[in-house]
Amino acid sequence: MITRKITRKWEKLPGKNTFCCDGRVMMARQKGVFYLTLFLIVGTCSLFFAFECPYLAVHLSPAIPVFAVLLFVFVMAMLLRTSFSDPGVLPRALPEEANFIEMEIEAANGNVLAGQRPPPRIKNVQINNQIVKLKYCYTCKIFRPPRASHCSICDNCVDRFDHHCPWVGNCVGKRNYRYFYLFTLSLSLLTIYIFAFDIVHVVLRSVDSGFVNTLKETPGTVLEVLVCFFTLWSVVGLTGFHTYLISLNQTTNEDIKGSWSGKNRVQNPYSHKNIIKNCCEVLCGPTYPSVLDRRGLMLEDSCSSAPSNGATTVPLNKSSNPATQTTKSSAPLIPNEHTPDEAKPSIGSGTQKSSSSPKEEKPSSPISPNAVAPAVIKESTH
Amino acid sequence: MATEFHNLQELRHSASLANKVFIQRDYTDGTVCKFQTKFPSELDSRIERTLFEDTVKTLNTYYAEAEKIGGQSYIEGCLACLTVYLIFLCIETRYEKVLKKISRYIQEQNEKVYAPRGLLITDPIERGMRVIEISVYEDRGSSGSSSGSSTTSSSGR
Repeated sequence: MITRKITRKWEKLPGKNTFCCDGRVMMARQKGVFYLTLFLIVGTCSLFFAFECPYLAVHLSPAIPVFAVLLFVFVMAMLLRTSFSDPGVLPRALPEEANFIEMEIEAANGNVLAGQRPPPRIKNVQINNQIVKLKYCYTCKIFRPPRASHCSICDNCVDRFDHHCPWVGNCVGKRNYRYFYLFTLSLSLLTIYIFAFDIVHVVLRSVDSGFVNTLKETPGTVLEVLVCFFTLWSVVGLTGFHTYLISLNQTTNEDIKGSWSGKNRVQNPYSHKNIIKNCCEVLCGPTYPSVLDRRGLMLEDSCSSAPSNGATTVPLNKSSNPATQTTKSSAPLIPNEHTPDEAKPSIGSGTQKSSSSPKEEKPSSPISPNAVAPAVIKESTH
Repeated sequence: MATEFHNLQELRHSASLANKVFIQRDYTDGTVCKFQTKFPSELDSRIERTLFEDTVKTLNTYYAEAEKIGGQSYIEGCLACLTVYLIFLCIETRYEKVLKKISRYIQEQNEKVYAPRGLLITDPIERGMRVIEISVYEDRGSSGSSSGSSTTSSSGR
């Protein structure tokens, strides 16, 4: 007898994300700073609409509050779009794929003597005539595609990983980078706009009533100016930094790690060497779909046992099947290694989910390819 | 070459999963979605090389079409930006349209080419666009070649 309980796939996704609205919204776990961002933006704009706009609409032009509203709506839309969307998370390898990769690696490594550290898992790939190293992710059990990186806060590999932004409460990656950039850009404009019109308002009023009286009449102005002043430096700076990155087609992650800088390093193979082309690719490129399928249905059979391989009948209903086997991957061959440096061959603890290697995010990650000659799986396509 | 003729229904009822082969991504052109056309040795006895390569090349063409950066993607991007991306509630993006085409193509290929040979292709989108998973089926009850033999040759050269 088979009982079926319908759950959506997002409920079983590994990683440290929170989901809302039945899987439509996807964010990181810590949302405190995001709420602060919301509060600052909404609060400052409310003060602007309450104190400045009535005066300026009458004395200068009604277009001023109208434009401010449009800008505010745009900023909020971009913020929510950045925060709520899937940044480009790569799903973890299912057991068969993980095993397949393990066997490839073992075949390439040959025999490793007991007690010796296995070499680090790296694949060399040639991209646009440059050699790029693909690293193996021990948590997700995949070789990360170029430009992907593992976020230790969200515990996911993210494609074209830029950085994890606590202000938006989400990672910034391939799918939401342009929204993030438009958010910082429009927020810069909004901040400058509010700041400028605050000054104009205070000046105009001071002419009539005097400076101190003006401040007493519109106390909100002081608060706005303070917030805008500090926001200006950080957000405008950030926008400038990301404009620079976009023009070079680099990610923050690559910039911090210095992947493409320095004499002996590879030049950026993804750049078109043309600022306009780079900008167009990042900002006007195709809208990539999410590969996570958060809202797909998972059918759980009460009498299911999760076989790893062997002769089992596999129903051909593609939408339901493979996800019912454990999504918390447990490759029996290499169960619990964090990085090659910390290799603990503990065979038999296969069901324990290996935690993410926290070294991924730090710029000076201690990879030791020089100490142990890496077994490199060279890929050369014909 | 032992040919087992199945259609999709027969596969479900009379065949059992023996092995899975994974076609990896080809990154030589950058981060665009493209799969290797190298013929895996596990499929040597199951399908002709040209059929397999045709399938992968067609899939690569579809993905290239989806990710093309040109006039249409600019218009789509600018229009979407002007409408604060609300327009995507109403219309489908070009990528989504191409993904539907790909899904239909894979379904058709499975029915016509792969199921008769006891193989089944899984849409790459269900594997995070990382691999094309090809499931290899054996007749249930047949003492066919076990999956053990194919593992030693899966060195990905």
